[in-house]
Amino acid sequence: MSVVLDLITIAAVSAGVVFFLAGTVGLLRFPDTLTRLHALTKADNLGLGLVVLGLLPQVGSLRDGLKMICVWLLVLLAGATVSQLVAQAARRDGPGSDGAAP
Amino acid sequence: MTIVPALDLFVAGIVLIVAVWTVAARDTMSAVVGFVAYGLLLALVWVRLGAPDVALTEAAIGSGLAGALLIGAATRLRAGEPSVSTERLGGAGRVLAMTLSAVVAAAVAVVLLSLPDPAPSLASEAAANAGVTSLGNPVTNVLMAFRAMDTMLEKVVLLLALLGVWSMARDHAWGGRPRSCRRADPEGPLVLLARVLPPVGVVLGISVLWVSADHPGGAFQGATILAAMWLLVLMAGLGDVPAAGGRRLRLVLVAGPAVFLTVGLGGLALGAAFLSYPPAWAKPVILVIEFAMVLTVATTLGLLVAGPPERSAER
Repeated sequence: MSVVLDLITIAAVSAGVVFFLAGTVGLLRFPDTLTRLHALTKADNLGLGLVVLGLLPQVGSLRDGLKMICVWLLVLLAGATVSQLVAQAARRDGPGSDGAAP
Repeated sequence: MTIVPALDLFVAGIVLIVAVWTVAARDTMSAVVGFVAYGLLLALVWVRLGAPDVALTEAAIGSGLAGALLIGAATRLRAGEPSVSTERLGGAGRVLAMTLSAVVAAAVAVVLLSLPDPAPSLASEAAANAGVTSLGNPVTNVLMAFRAMDTMLEKVVLLLALLGVWSMARDHAWGGRPRSCRRADPEGPLVLLARVLPPVGVVLGISVLWVSADHPGGAFQGATILAAMWLLVLMAGLGDVPAAGGRRLRLVLVAGPAVFLTVGLGGLALGAAFLSYPPAWAKPVILVIEFAMVLTVATTLGLLVAGPPERSAER
């Protein structure tokens, strides 16, 4: 049983790390603000979600597991809001400032 | 080399790189972003050193609150930035600055390396006497009981800082309200966040204070979270900053130090010394002080970020 749980952890955390890596590469390589935001939010939402999912089988108590899920939900909320605000600012400042697309 | 020391070295290396990058950054805003990242990484280092209380403080105050203050400062300075950034230091000035920095770094290194080993420490005594307050967290014991005087004076210093910010106000705005935030879109994401997050944040802030009796946490960290929630509401335009001249606001601002001082003088009159708590009542007394303090600190931190009064008290 514990082997199965460990395998789930390894698979999910690895998948999460892949999303973080892909998001970071996108953040560095994509041409303008909106596409960079697109890459970044994937890393936050899916990457952290998969890492939390992978760590759930390893927690000692229900409380710790709920805490980790809460952390993920709060990051989702903060990430979604901040990316909306950055996108609004990029749109307001228009193209030409920091290479942002309209 | 096993994996854990390698990771520690990696984090330490990144902290150094971000620190150098922050100092070298040309643009003020980039430097501020670097500083915030540096603070968060430093919090990780404190966790690895087994000091979660310090890590919480570093993340909440060193990175979060100081970051908000610096972003505000960078935004205000933006208008004058081009003229400042074109002023470059001459050759002799650079050599002088480098020499000075190298001398300071060398002096710090010498002092650190010549510290006696093991370093003189009161940690064992603090741990041995932990039972007298019935608090399980030794850091809270030191902050609220053994060195309560320092904590009290810290709160007074915070008030002095706020007075310093307020005294930047022009005459007509004295006792008034800070500059209002740009109107946020009432249907927009910021307003939604300012409605959804504060209930969670308020519970979290109070719980960080409450658990500090036995676990990492504390009044200052909890107050920072509460201040952040207040600032979020202010930034979304869902509330206004109270006028600096208001009586209720000023009562809240002096509540923390006043309660602390009252308890201290009570200890002088009834007990052994200034700030000595009756042993049977140590925990309730500390809780009363901490709750008064959290209110004062949260309000002070929020007002520090809100800035000096720029509008007169009338709306």
